[in-house]
Amino acid sequence: MSKRITIDPITRIEGHLRVDVEVDGGRVKKAWASGQMFRGVETILIGRDPRDAWAITQRICGVCTTVHAMASVRAVENALQLEIPVNAQYIRNMIMLAHAVHDHIVHFYHLSALDWVDVVSALKADPGKAASLAQSLSTWKGNSKAEFTQVQDRLKGFVGTGQLGIFTNGYWGHPAMKLAPEVNLLAVVHYLQALEVQRHASKIVAILGSKSPHIQNVAVGGVANALSLDSQSVLTMERLMAVRKWIDSLDDFVKNVYLIDVAAIGAFYVDWTKHGRGITDYLCVPDIPLDGKGAEFALPGGHIEGGKLESFRPIKTFGDKYFVDGVAEAVRHSWYDYKGGDDKALHPYSGETTPKYTDFQDDGKYSWLKAPTFYGKPMQVGPLARVLGMLAAGHEPTKQYATTALDLVSSLAGAKVGLDAMHSTIGRHAARAIGCAVQCDELAKQWDLLIANMAKGDLKTFNHPAFPKGEQRGMGFHEAPRGVLSHWVVIDSGKIRNYQCVVPTTWNAAPRNENNSPGAYEACLVDNPVADPEKPLEVLRTVHSFDPCLACAVHVVDQENRPVVTVSAV
Amino acid sequence: MRIVVLGLGNILLSDEGVGVRVVEALAAGWQAPDEVEFVDGGTCAMEMLEQLEDLDALIVVDCVRGNRAPATPVVLKGAEVPVFFRTKLSPHQVGLSDVLASLEFTGRAPKETVIIGIEPAALALGMELSPAVAARLPELLALTVAELRARGLTMVERA
Repeated sequence: MSKRITIDPITRIEGHLRVDVEVDGGRVKKAWASGQMFRGVETILIGRDPRDAWAITQRICGVCTTVHAMASVRAVENALQLEIPVNAQYIRNMIMLAHAVHDHIVHFYHLSALDWVDVVSALKADPGKAASLAQSLSTWKGNSKAEFTQVQDRLKGFVGTGQLGIFTNGYWGHPAMKLAPEVNLLAVVHYLQALEVQRHASKIVAILGSKSPHIQNVAVGGVANALSLDSQSVLTMERLMAVRKWIDSLDDFVKNVYLIDVAAIGAFYVDWTKHGRGITDYLCVPDIPLDGKGAEFALPGGHIEGGKLESFRPIKTFGDKYFVDGVAEAVRHSWYDYKGGDDKALHPYSGETTPKYTDFQDDGKYSWLKAPTFYGKPMQVGPLARVLGMLAAGHEPTKQYATTALDLVSSLAGAKVGLDAMHSTIGRHAARAIGCAVQCDELAKQWDLLIANMAKGDLKTFNHPAFPKGEQRGMGFHEAPRGVLSHWVVIDSGKIRNYQCVVPTTWNAAPRNENNSPGAYEACLVDNPVADPEKPLEVLRTVHSFDPCLACAVHVVDQENRPVVTVSAV
Repeated sequence: MRIVVLGLGNILLSDEGVGVRVVEALAAGWQAPDEVEFVDGGTCAMEMLEQLEDLDALIVVDCVRGNRAPATPVVLKGAEVPVFFRTKLSPHQVGLSDVLASLEFTGRAPKETVIIGIEPAALALGMELSPAVAARLPELLALTVAELRARGLTMVERA
């Protein structure tokens, strides 16, 4: 008899994502991903001034504030065909990159590592051996025996008082936990160091964005930062030098700790390269524009079919026709109603957000998320799509970090682990770390570009937008930490007439589409092992590897203490 | 001394955003000494970690559900604060409790935490507070100012 497992909620952070799996013989046979909240934020924007949309859209989500601000101004600028000064691009680029680096570090160490790391087991570790292991992998300054001993003592104190605090949600002692106590201790030490280092990324965002956690400096037409080499109360050389120091500290941690840890943990869990493959049609977009209009980018992006890098088709510019024409959203299995019928997907410019709630129907409607498609097919978006896209485009730094990571995994695992292993649950973590190393490089380059341009005497940061009479349509995309984000705006004589946000988690956590094809989570969960249906850690591993952010689907409601897992026989 | 007044909530969901509205009103209408920082936290979590480190006091303003009549203000202190986090009274405590637990582990937790809340009357999509909660906004401001004054801080209302 098969068993039905419902996990709700599935994230430690906000948002309501429910995942149902049918398990038979220790494997997932069928999966459903369901967004449990109505997401109608776009309707708030209708009739408003397009210049205000970014400040409102950055309130959609508590994790991805910055990314919605960026996609929004890009959409309006695209509608107006407005170029922005390159300084504004550099400043926006640094904010986006610092935000991404922050997000990736926090996701790995603070939100998902506990799926793989048994914190309680770290108490049994020999700190000397753990430190030696860490030193054999990296020259990082924080790998001393003294540091490891001190952290273990602190952990003992915590566990001793029965207050595991932040570690309370872990599945300690689960049979799927495979790391030696020393590796677990190494991960806990780096967990704490990551808490220190992530502050530097927050500081960069706060200084450049003028305020934290919600940035204030973005504007349709550029940024509101006044640049100056000397005067006070603006972005001065002194402040920029501080930013540089934080960039270097992030770079050190990401390359000498994060990338190494992911490769090491990946090597110990090498069997997880066989799980979570699912959808191998990938979509990512280019980002980090180097010119005013977005025709030249530092990081490439595009579309890959069937996991084949040679199928790569680049997306080249803001407003790229191949991208614009390809996106649609289906609601056949979503709690919405399209005027023209639910069997046809709609383009975001003509998108509709009319709720039609039914119960959770396995073969009918079961999610508040729409199902985005690209030329009729569901896609996987996110770090794996991004890294594969950059590799396919021949981006050298990406090749270099991917090779470093895969070589280390191979040497620790004692077997060749190649690029194909990336299409997996653990591969998504590896891709996130590889992409993060690339982002650190690019963060430093964007800083150099800004300084060089200021030194030439160009201090311009803003071009005034003008809103003509009549209708304009625009799309702004951003390769956000969780994948491609696009905002679509229809402006009518200076007011917003329609607005749609197609967010990364909607791509990945989508329900079945108009052709009943499953979304990325649903496809990746099939065949996933489940040792103990009461403790479905393996399901969480695969879903968490995407870094779900259903917060973009709005939060609140329901403060009842619902059980996290319910299991029923079917 | 360092004190943060942290407004939490989603301003797109009417009363859900009441904490942010209180902090906005304080920042606009009150002169506070340098020891006090007003933070509009929205629905953020780990992004706020640094701003909340090593505080003498953290004053959280948020919508709090506790089966009271709609628009009833409430102040939680001392032993009631851990209960607030344990029993999930606010939609944001998942994020904030992670932040506070991290600070606990690194030895940088606030010396004291106070929650100033109000029972929501509406959580519908929209950027305005419900009339019932909007009417109590001055009271929430007064409660927050009183907490700051009780810690010896001079709060002056702007003319």
